[in-house]
Amino acid sequence: MTITTTVNGVERTVDVPPATSLLTLLRDELGLTGSKNACEQGECGSCSVWLDGELVCACLVAAVQADGRAVRTVEDLGQPDRLHTVQDAFVATGAVQCGFCTPGFVVAVADLLERDPHPSDETIREALAGNLCRCTGYSKIVAAVHLAAETAA
Amino acid sequence: MSGLSPGTLAEALEARAAHPEAVPIAGGTDLMVAVNFGRLRPESLLDLSGVAELSAWERRNGALRIGAGATFARIASDLGEFPPLVQAARTVGSPQIRNRATIGGNLATASPAGDALPVLAAYGGDVLLASVRGERRLRWDEFLLGPKRSALAEDELIVGVEWPLVDGPGSFAKVGTRNAMVIAIASVSLQLDTKARKVRLALGSVAPTVVRAPEAESFASDALDWDDPERPLPATTLHEFGAFAAAAAHPIDDVRGSAAYRRHAVDVLARRALAWAVDDRRAA
Repeated sequence: MTITTTVNGVERTVDVPPATSLLTLLRDELGLTGSKNACEQGECGSCSVWLDGELVCACLVAAVQADGRAVRTVEDLGQPDRLHTVQDAFVATGAVQCGFCTPGFVVAVADLLERDPHPSDETIREALAGNLCRCTGYSKIVAAVHLAAETAA
Repeated sequence: MSGLSPGTLAEALEARAAHPEAVPIAGGTDLMVAVNFGRLRPESLLDLSGVAELSAWERRNGALRIGAGATFARIASDLGEFPPLVQAARTVGSPQIRNRATIGGNLATASPAGDALPVLAAYGGDVLLASVRGERRLRWDEFLLGPKRSALAEDELIVGVEWPLVDGPGSFAKVGTRNAMVIAIASVSLQLDTKARKVRLALGSVAPTVVRAPEAESFASDALDWDDPERPLPATTLHEFGAFAAAAAHPIDDVRGSAAYRRHAVDVLARRALAWAVDDRRAA
């Protein structure tokens, strides 16, 4: 079926099979591969995007549910030569190792800082409970959130 | 195709009747997992996420009514006067999941581990259903029939839940391997009804459906001093209550936990819940 959705500010009209996920739409139809495909069951958060401003796992949203709505992905946050504050903070604190989970974390952290510009450690850990990282042990990710919060202030 | 993305409940019910092959979807946090893993291949979806009527709630005639489409994120932020419900909502998945997952989806999936279900059972709530044929209301235990089995008819949609407002403290707690993204190994919801002088206790993840623990309930209802909230409960009473609660569980061994561990967890959780309720009542 044909759906029209606004992705990172650009209206896109695409034809998708009925039960395609928003993640498949973004990656395979629109070539936006920043959102990663890993667990496909909402456990890992590496496909985190915004749907009408709400943080969601793109793998658990049916593409048809994005019809008439606005999607914002990690591609909208920064460019290689002009990183987003959160991306800069991840680099500076060493919060990136293999990097696979990073786009999802960056989106979830940006979402958190929009709602709470100076979160406590506890708030950070609770807000990022839906994002898994198997490399860093999370401490440097928490440090990156604090750094991003200070930089943005 | 627009009929399958209805904007009103009336349109949704017509679409449900006219397209029995279309699978209803709201938050999608259970359904899309089945799709992604190839266990379900829907010909089409009936998207309920645009039906605003389904996500409203109201207090009316001494009851709270919550639309099936209310997400756990909104329940946790907006329904603070119902602590057991908020506590359950906050334990669902992760922020990403809670932004999408709905109380109606918990009912549709009908898993004994659905976090909102012990709360519904402890409140003695009803499930509200509708179809083009009309509306009906089933008590929670008439709706939940078994693991992943409910009384939902082919042409029906879950409209919401409703339960009478109760005076008294209550709680929800669950045991899992970590603090987030956990399917309950065991859960309990306890509610004191100080007007009726009753304790209500529901158990999750320890039987084919959510269950109440009637013997534990009558034991505690008799043991509490309803006239004197200052009077503490002896530890022996709490232990007896825990034992009655554990006896109401009919758990299985599975990947998440053994039956013996689940019974033990119910014992501990039930004791804690009653102790919290006594403390909360004293503090009130």
